[in-house]
Amino acid sequence: MSNTQHTHSENFLNRYVFSTDHKTIAKQFLITGVLWAIIGLGMSALFRLQLGYPELDLSCLKPLFGSYITEGGKLDSEYYLALITMHGTIMVFFVLTAGLSGTFSNLLIPLQLGARDMASGFLNMLSYWAFFLSSVVMLASLFVELGPASAGWTIYPPLSALPQAIGGSGLGMTLWLFSMALFIASVLLGGINYITTIMNLRTKGMSFMRMPLTIWSFLLAAILGLITFPVLLSAALLLIFDRSFGTSFYLSDIYIAGEALHHTGGSPLLFQHLFWFLGHPEVYIVMLPALGIASEVISVHSRKPIFGHKAMIGSLMLISFLSIVVWAHHMFVSGMNPFLGSVFMLLTLLIAIPSSVKTFNYLATLWRGNIRFSLPMLFAIGLVSFFISGGLTGLLLGNAVLDIVLHDTYFVVAHFHIVMGAASSFGLLTGIYHWYPKLFGRMLNERLGYIHFWISFIGIYAVFIPLHFVGLAGFPRRYYAFTNFDLFDSFTDLNALVTIAALVTFLGQVVFLFNFFHSMFYGRKAPPNPWEANTLEWTTPSAKPLSHGNWPGDIPEVHRWPYDYSHPLHKEDFVPQHIPLSPKEKEKSE
Amino acid sequence: MTSLLLLIASLIVFAIAAYLFKIGNLLDTLSQKPTEGKDPKTNHQQAVLFLILTVVGFVLFFSYAYQAAEKYILPQAAVHLSSISSLFWITMTLILVVFVLTHVVLFFFAYKYRYRPGRKAYFHHDNHKLEILWTLVPAVVLSVLIFKGLSYWQEITAPAPENAEVVELSAYQFAWASRYPGKDGKLGRADFKLIDSENRTGVDFRRDENAQDDFMPRVMHLPKGKPVKIRIRALDVIHSFYAPHFGAQTYAIPGMPTVFWFTPSKTTNEMREELKDPDFNYEIACNKICGRGHFSMRYILVVDEPEEYEEWYTQQSPWIQKHPEYLSPKSREEPLSQKSNNL
Repeated sequence: MSNTQHTHSENFLNRYVFSTDHKTIAKQFLITGVLWAIIGLGMSALFRLQLGYPELDLSCLKPLFGSYITEGGKLDSEYYLALITMHGTIMVFFVLTAGLSGTFSNLLIPLQLGARDMASGFLNMLSYWAFFLSSVVMLASLFVELGPASAGWTIYPPLSALPQAIGGSGLGMTLWLFSMALFIASVLLGGINYITTIMNLRTKGMSFMRMPLTIWSFLLAAILGLITFPVLLSAALLLIFDRSFGTSFYLSDIYIAGEALHHTGGSPLLFQHLFWFLGHPEVYIVMLPALGIASEVISVHSRKPIFGHKAMIGSLMLISFLSIVVWAHHMFVSGMNPFLGSVFMLLTLLIAIPSSVKTFNYLATLWRGNIRFSLPMLFAIGLVSFFISGGLTGLLLGNAVLDIVLHDTYFVVAHFHIVMGAASSFGLLTGIYHWYPKLFGRMLNERLGYIHFWISFIGIYAVFIPLHFVGLAGFPRRYYAFTNFDLFDSFTDLNALVTIAALVTFLGQVVFLFNFFHSMFYGRKAPPNPWEANTLEWTTPSAKPLSHGNWPGDIPEVHRWPYDYSHPLHKEDFVPQHIPLSPKEKEKSE
Repeated sequence: MTSLLLLIASLIVFAIAAYLFKIGNLLDTLSQKPTEGKDPKTNHQQAVLFLILTVVGFVLFFSYAYQAAEKYILPQAAVHLSSISSLFWITMTLILVVFVLTHVVLFFFAYKYRYRPGRKAYFHHDNHKLEILWTLVPAVVLSVLIFKGLSYWQEITAPAPENAEVVELSAYQFAWASRYPGKDGKLGRADFKLIDSENRTGVDFRRDENAQDDFMPRVMHLPKGKPVKIRIRALDVIHSFYAPHFGAQTYAIPGMPTVFWFTPSKTTNEMREELKDPDFNYEIACNKICGRGHFSMRYILVVDEPEEYEEWYTQQSPWIQKHPEYLSPKSREEPLSQKSNNL
């Protein structure tokens, strides 16, 4: 198995568990991410049941959830908050950050750049195992007596700081913070490695402008992560101080549980600023890799070069930069100085410009292509659709004036679930369907894939389009029930429909899970370059690179950009990057 | 019993699905159908499905949006909501136009340029004029939205007018309390250290002159046509003052009082007539996750004609008159001796 460069003995432990090989680490991230997705989506199925059918008797779940299901067979209202908190945390961080970026940055950076491995295989291994530990701690927090963290995934103090305020702010919150600290360590270890590898280990001829857009997006996402995650860590540290050592960074003037606390002078808004300094770029840390994957996949399967290559890179950069300076649009109505609101509104709406450039470039890439509706292409088209639908409603929410009305309603829920949740999940799925042959050497079953796509695509729209109407009617998010207000007594029908759609979509993912695990062993053997793509990862002799080092002989040299699809001077409709320029092409370029 | 039947039924469904899957796979192997997106038949099917979905999706969406308009467009009861809703509908129209156009283009291209064997795509990847066009057009449209937004934002968040009615609204787990300044027009000082089960918002009734005539009604009243300034406090965790009919929303933050002001434009009675609902009431809700009872923090707000409001205002008796025992030294300063008295 091992090639000439790596002669150390391989046993099960260092091959599959403590592996420093980027492909194995990618698989570890992927499978951990998939497991987290099952848990995270399962939670949403449970709280959707509560929202759609509040009268439903859930006593049958009692063996699993114990006292979280009350005597009457209802979901406990505090546990409802725990569920939405953990759903958000799991989906944003564990599935869409670690599962998406962790998998594809690890798999593709060395393979597409023509490197034998990451700059530091050891750091890379640490990055996964920090994530694994963080997962274990977060998983453990689901089983503590008073429940896991319940203050919303944004964990605003004082609610998250005071166990008197909500049960989940006790041990559950401590474990949440501990787990996130480990998670941040994992992101930083990974990020440093990605950036170093991209800067230093490109093969001969792989200039920055010849890098596939996937690599560009991983690079920018890694830089964003390095800039912003440490701020979350500091926010979490200060919160730990407030919780455990009696400091008052975020706490002031609090009377709770019959007692006036000693804290004075702290500012809850400080936490919100620190949190969103990560929290907003985090949306893009999740979104950029998805967009990069979509760019690559759309180009390959349209058999056309990506339209406006430089504009795509430029808009990725602009989006990344702007994403760092718009955080306080989450706080328009927080009572902060209205002047700040003006500034952040201006900067926020500017993001629409690079985003629309990207959208139009995707459309122009499809124009006069020869589009193959293979599975990855379907998901990529779905991603573009979600990116448009969800992005557009951002024009409403980014406008401070309209945010007064729409803030924290279901309109926000619908907006970010489509643009961040659905679009990035589709980015993850696009990546899985496109690079599955590279990961496992086999193809996914097409028929099951088509079923999975249509259930997910229609299902997601059926869940979130109705929620826009619910939000316009003013329904607040994070409500356990809408029974206490005359204002919110409409839309029981729509809420039931959304729950059904969510359950069907959830069950649709079973098809995918079956396909994913079944094809690993029984799928059709993949040819070396199943999609007839140009990038270097498909130049290994078989679909699945067998060993450390990726290429058995020399690393291929790069002679062209990755998007020479349907080049008029070539008979084939694709020209891989390692093919030297033909004499005619040379003539033309001179 | 039913769950057992359900279990058996789902097992059967699963078994059938598994068999169909196996048969399908066998057939695929036998027919040697081209895969990886190169089967013209599948490509055609998928492209047509996208077209159907676009048409059906838009028909469903717009017909529902039209039918249910009454359900999701809230009746408005504050002056500044007119500028909010004009900006909302301008933006919404723009969004819908772009939403429809881009989706039609996306799915039409996907259909028109679907794979056909032997055809080659058009090698074309740069057009500076187009790039500039679709950078500038969004930029111009956005600058209109930004400009309008900024000017409305400044109006709405400007300091409240001098003559505004002042009301203090305090949020705590899981209820609201409102406090009016009384005849002197000045709210008494409040401090969280003075909070107890009786004096729930910690007003300094013992020392502050201004607090003596403050009153705390069970239901909040506001006059129509006059600016009102809500001083928002939180006593334990963050809450949010949220009154959808009035286009009002601001966090309530412990240690940092916030303010929102607006001018009610319809009385409760007028709204009852308009909606033909005699039981209608304006409601205030909490809109920031605050704990177990977050979903139940309801408070009723009544908007009166100015004369009715004056009358109601003068009828209210100060809190301290209603709770004379709060000032008696026996119960306050010497809680221990009171305990021994009871014994």
